[in-house]
Amino acid sequence: MLRFIETVIRREFLLAFRRPADLISVLFFFIIASSLFPLGVWPRVDTWLQLAPGVLWVSALLATLLSLPHLFADDYRDGTLEQLVLGAYPLAFAVFGKLVAHWLVFGVSLALLAPVFAFQFDLPGHALWTLFLSLFVGTPALSSLGAIGAALTLGLRGGRVVLSLLVLPLYIPVLIFGAAAVEAALAGIDANAGISFLAALSLAGMFFTPPLIAAALHITME
Amino acid sequence: MKLSVVNLSCRRGETRLFDALAFDLDAGESLHVCGANGSGKTTLLRFLCALSFPDEGEIFWNDQAIGHALCDYRSQLATLGHRDAIKEELTPIENLKLAALLSGGGFDLESALGALKRLGVPDGDDIFCRRLSQGQKRRVALARLLLLDRPLWILDEPCAALDPTATREVASMIDAHLSGGGIAVVASPSADAFPKARKLRLSASC
Repeated sequence: MLRFIETVIRREFLLAFRRPADLISVLFFFIIASSLFPLGVWPRVDTWLQLAPGVLWVSALLATLLSLPHLFADDYRDGTLEQLVLGAYPLAFAVFGKLVAHWLVFGVSLALLAPVFAFQFDLPGHALWTLFLSLFVGTPALSSLGAIGAALTLGLRGGRVVLSLLVLPLYIPVLIFGAAAVEAALAGIDANAGISFLAALSLAGMFFTPPLIAAALHITME
Repeated sequence: MKLSVVNLSCRRGETRLFDALAFDLDAGESLHVCGANGSGKTTLLRFLCALSFPDEGEIFWNDQAIGHALCDYRSQLATLGHRDAIKEELTPIENLKLAALLSGGGFDLESALGALKRLGVPDGDDIFCRRLSQGQKRRVALARLLLLDRPLWILDEPCAALDPTATREVASMIDAHLSGGGIAVVASPSADAFPKARKLRLSASC
């Protein structure tokens, strides 16, 4: 079973590597979205520090949203999703592998990129570390919650808009705890509470959503 | 080894696609499902693949209802749908390797190369399936069938987009599969494509 999941993860990595435009466009979206705020708003430096955690986290949320339509749609279109259904193990295991790969490709890249672009907000060093950590442990929750929406809107006309409407409200808790953790680090308070909560959300998401996602995919394919 | 279908029915709204359908297939037998467009060929094949489930009726594999042993049944199955299930970003060999590993078997490079060669698919590290023609992609999908080595084949229009040579190759592939004790269900609109197979003609009635 582990070999099966590992094969799914390898497959997703290979596909992401062969199709780098997906990842690059998501990362560029994050860079541009987070850079627009300093241009649009023109406040003093101290208000910046208050805005920065929220701006960076919202940009990461939206960038993740941009990556979701590809999660199942490509496999659905070329018929490989059906082959996964007919695979050696129930679809939920394949979905779990896909979620892990989605996190490793998109979530971890965003977590690595965010501190670099947080420099423009003049965040201090320990807040950069917390930003990285909060995104690193928080993005699995984004991947798994988003995948529910991606599975439900699969094959729908105008599915991307519905996907955003469906998924963004689910992201609220992740956003609150993620931004709060960075803010706590800025204020010099211990950020572990927020990080732990994000980790709990992510673990719960990664382990409990795959059966739901698989059920949604089965319904779409029937 | 036996595939049996009992009293299978399917309705789409007011239209009755098929009603009280029944057949038995033993090892070495094949069924050619023919009928006009929209007569329910693909629907029937999706039921047989356990990708969707019928309103009425039951499908048995070795006298066991497939709904009760879904994973077992699927491990006996190799399917070819309308879509080739080929990843365009990968080479033919990579596609075959993933298909073999995901279906729970091992991967043998020699037999994969042999299957591709038999079907006349060009292979190389820089030949991605994106570059292949529609018919060549279909051939890669057919090579997957050869490689998976499953007893039950369910093929939906296997000859779509194929040239006459490849069409004959498909017929000989199916013959070899049957003489090896396999079972095949093939859907194709043309009535005389598989002369050796038993025929099941679907005709939708309102």
